Amino acid sequence: MRVRSSNKAMGSFVGQRPALSWAVHLSMLFIVFLWLFPTVGLFISSFRTADQISSSGWWSSLSTQEQQRSPIRITGTETQDKGLYVVVGKLFSSEAVVLRAWGTSSKRPNEYQPGATAQLKRGRSLTIDADGRYRFTAQQSQAGKRLPRVFTTASSPPEFTFRNYDYILFQGDNSDSMAKAFLNTFTVTIPATIIPILFAAFAAYALAWMEFPGRSILIAAVVALLVVPLQLALIPLLKFHNEIGIGKGYLGVWLAHTGFGLPLAIYLLRNYMVSLPRDIIENARVDGATDFQIFTRIILPLSFPALASFAIFQFLWVWNDLLVARVFLIDASGQTTVMTNQIVELLGTRGGNWEILATAAFVSIVVPLLVFFVMQKYLVRGLLAGSVK
Amino acid sequence: MTELKLTNVSKRYGNNVEVLRDINLEINQGELVVFVGPSGCGKSTLLRMIAGLEKISGGTLEIDGVRVNDFPPSLRGIAMVFQSYALYPHMTVRENMAFALKIAKKSKAEIKEAIDNVARILQLEPYLDRLPKALSGGQRQRVAIGRSIVRDPKVYLFDEPLSNLDAALRVATRLEIAQLKEQMPDSTMVYVTHDQVEAMTLADRIVVLADQSIAQVGAPLALYERPNNEFVAQFIGSPAMNLLSGTISATGPQTTIRLDSGGTARSNVPSSAAMQGAAVNVGVRPEDFSLGDANAIADSGSAAALFSGQVDITEALGEVTLLYLPAENGRIIVKLPGIHQGLRGQNIALYADPAKVHIFLAGQSLLTYKDHA
Ligand SMILES: Nc1ncnc2c1ncn2[C@@H]1O[C@H](COP(=O)(O)OP(=O)(O)O)[C@@H](O)[C@H]1O
Ligand SMILES: [Mg+2]
Repeated sequence: MRVRSSNKAMGSFVGQRPALSWAVHLSMLFIVFLWLFPTVGLFISSFRTADQISSSGWWSSLSTQEQQRSPIRITGTETQDKGLYVVVGKLFSSEAVVLRAWGTSSKRPNEYQPGATAQLKRGRSLTIDADGRYRFTAQQSQAGKRLPRVFTTASSPPEFTFRNYDYILFQGDNSDSMAKAFLNTFTVTIPATIIPILFAAFAAYALAWMEFPGRSILIAAVVALLVVPLQLALIPLLKFHNEIGIGKGYLGVWLAHTGFGLPLAIYLLRNYMVSLPRDIIENARVDGATDFQIFTRIILPLSFPALASFAIFQFLWVWNDLLVARVFLIDASGQTTVMTNQIVELLGTRGGNWEILATAAFVSIVVPLLVFFVMQKYLVRGLLAGSVK
Repeated sequence: MTELKLTNVSKRYGNNVEVLRDINLEINQGELVVFVGPSGCGKSTLLRMIAGLEKISGGTLEIDGVRVNDFPPSLRGIAMVFQSYALYPHMTVRENMAFALKIAKKSKAEIKEAIDNVARILQLEPYLDRLPKALSGGQRQRVAIGRSIVRDPKVYLFDEPLSNLDAALRVATRLEIAQLKEQMPDSTMVYVTHDQVEAMTLADRIVVLADQSIAQVGAPLALYERPNNEFVAQFIGSPAMNLLSGTISATGPQTTIRLDSGGTARSNVPSSAAMQGAAVNVGVRPEDFSLGDANAIADSGSAAALFSGQVDITEALGEVTLLYLPAENGRIIVKLPGIHQGLRGQNIALYADPAKVHIFLAGQSLLTYKDHA
């Protein structure tokens, strides 16, 4: 009896697992989609022109589109040919656009097939081919008169441009350029990631493995600092920086990020290091290693996952930071602007130019994405550290 | 020559938790001494004090004639093998073994020679470039031992080195350690275990720890044959020695005890006349009992039975048969060689050779009893 009931329990447990894993997979899919949709959208939009963005969504830009276009007025220089006044030209700038139908009146925009000739009033006629070449003829000179408008329905293949990137990154003289901000952001981020890790690793080792009076009070203080909001420290710290002569600048922002990042760094790294087996460290001590040797040869290599995962966090947080940069770095000259700040400015000056904004935004997320994909293995390992033996 | 000398060593945690006190012990060069005792009795603590990983709260520790109480582990000339092996997981076997030598700034050639030599002895050559995670438990154990050998220490310290291995491997590795000891006759080893088989088979001398101090020190068979006290008597040997309460009824070169359970025990342990009537415990190992007819207990004189009763449970192990007889406190265990069937439920009488009967007065063997009063 007992055996059978336990069998049944096991059966139902096993039976639940596929359902559970389906639920997990579905929610994973949902999250992936939630993340992918805006990211891919931003990516694609950054390669489109202002016209494309305003006329269709990014999801439709991947396939050939047939759509009615805004009316185009015939223009060109008039020539004389066999007593007729002739204007020739081309409707579309791109070779890839194919005309499907056209008309000269807004009421019947699809009146004519490509290649057909429309007879207009006052002896004028217009022929348009599938590739958009037109030939307009008239009995009298049309100089000074308005030529007719053409309504077109055309299909265009996917079309992307690098012009936005060229504008944002390589036209160094314009005030919308992200190039300088990009470099500045690196100048802020790399030291602001490395310095706290360096300090925190040493501190974490001492707090985890060295005996000294007041150790537990220090640990408690670090934990307490975790919950202090950094806004509290902005003004006093800035005043302090001004008083000791650092002022606004890279050094100030590095120190600020280091200070704000240290509690979490020390806390995470100490927890990880404490979980390393005591026997290994004692064995190193018996082997004659000093604390410094234990730290560099045993603890640091073994703590790599934790170091990497904190580095990713700190890097992303500093990269995306606007507040600390505004307070401690960016001055009136604008020479030290960072990307987050530059995007805010673009929103003000180029609020309507979505292609510019999308490109700027994508430039600013491309590095975090790269960092994340390259380091994700360590991120996961570092977060799971200690929970799985 | 004395390699390791502990004088009045004690260990306290904080101010009131006393883990060890009054440890006095001398270990000679070339000896393999095993610390045994129940779990939590302070074996590891004592070993770690010798290693320098734990502060010595009182007394002195000398290694090779030098007081080393305040020396860091690396200056004591010891090497330690941990229960968990404590291999450096990010280093290959070779790097693990080279670590201490590199720290000691030995030359490359010297390091290589030492490692190759040890790897040959321990048959680790094929694994030198592997990481510890790619080794089996037994191989890791050998690396841990090899790592201590390359340092050529004065004293080897082992803390339950076999307890993470499965039963078969444990026996094999135990034999390997015994062989290794034979190859290095001059090296001194201190070996901690809670397993009395390991202690009996490996030790030159056993130190039994109990109740915060040393219960007895002696050669394995000495502990078995002449335990100083009830604790050692019951700790060494399996199943544990039977204890029966009684009073001394006749003293002299032989002692006779009238047991509370009605039997009579006779022992070759001498007693003084002053002990007449003293309340004692008689100890008989399960394997020292012999069977007799239950009806014989009525007879007085030389044929008097020690104990009689009904067999309650039998366990047949093949090479021996265990009989359990209910007694006033617990059960009497009898170990008979060979296979015995049909004894369950039978009334039997138990006899013992007077040479194998131990007497304990106030927990201490009558052989060594000193009146504290
Ligand atoms: N840091 C400590 N503080 C207080 N008591 C401790 C500490 N470390 C060990 N002990 C106590 O010391 C005793 C001996 O421990 P240990 O030497 O590990 O025993 P074992 O003989 O099983 O190796 C145990 O009772 C343990 O509770
Ligand atoms: Mg122990």
